[in-house]
Amino acid sequence: MVEWTDFERATIQEIFSKIDSGVVGPAALSRCLIVYPWTQRYFGSFGNLYNAAAITSNPKVAAHGKVVIGGLEKAVKNMDDIKTTYKDLSVLHSDKLRVDPDNFNLLADCLTIVVASQMGQAFTPDVQAAFQKFLAVVVASLRKQYH
Amino acid sequence: MSLTDKDKAAVKALWTKISKGADAIGADALGRMLIVYPQTKTYFSHWPDLKASSAPVTKHGKKIMAGVAQAVAKIDDLTSGLLDLSELHAFQLRVDPANFKILAHCLQVVIATMYPNEFTPEAHVALDKFLSNLALALSEKYR
Repeated sequence: MVEWTDFERATIQEIFSKIDSGVVGPAALSRCLIVYPWTQRYFGSFGNLYNAAAITSNPKVAAHGKVVIGGLEKAVKNMDDIKTTYKDLSVLHSDKLRVDPDNFNLLADCLTIVVASQMGQAFTPDVQAAFQKFLAVVVASLRKQYH
Repeated sequence: MSLTDKDKAAVKALWTKISKGADAIGADALGRMLIVYPQTKTYFSHWPDLKASSAPVTKHGKKIMAGVAQAVAKIDDLTSGLLDLSELHAFQLRVDPANFKILAHCLQVVIATMYPNEFTPEAHVALDKFLSNLALALSEKYR
């Protein structure tokens, strides 16, 4: 069971209530596909990913970015048992999508960068620590059902 | 993943925009690292105060950014350009190279908070490659 301090709980709730999922999701996913181009291997059906401009304006990338944030919001609503909440998602990523779990950390880093650029000075070290702890728990839960 | 001419140009362009704030970036990144990755504090047990705004953290953040500036200037040959720093880290400081990635991440987070419009995905990939190559050059003399 993950222990969350009051500060961590409040910080995570506040971040997700303030961010625009329609902006952050697409921005984080497209940044991941640009900064770590090997992640494009999972998006063969998304069409034009030839350069940064194409990725940023790709509607399938944008739509999927929103799906990812939706998944994170589920974790925010169930912070005390993300592992159980993510059981089916973990099986999906392992058995159907076959995503190398190391990629989860790459997307997590891009999410951190995007949220940091949105929040500016408000993204203090303590806020960053809380956000990265949350993402670490999410990643560990997504890895759990891999076999 | 070596630096292309396009990467070098992007890094130099970004550096031009952020170098005036280098001291603040260094201090914030270092202070942030000590909080977000507490295991890194083990390298600074000789400092009385590890808070982000303390004198040793501020001073050392400046020193780190001077190293980054040296790397930007020697971007065409990081290995020989950073030889002195590599020897320092290998034989005296003996910082585990895994920590270079951690500091690189914190530097990028700080740049994102301070220069969100300049730190585009294109600038990000170039800087990430640059900092990886910088870390590699720093580890050159380790073994």
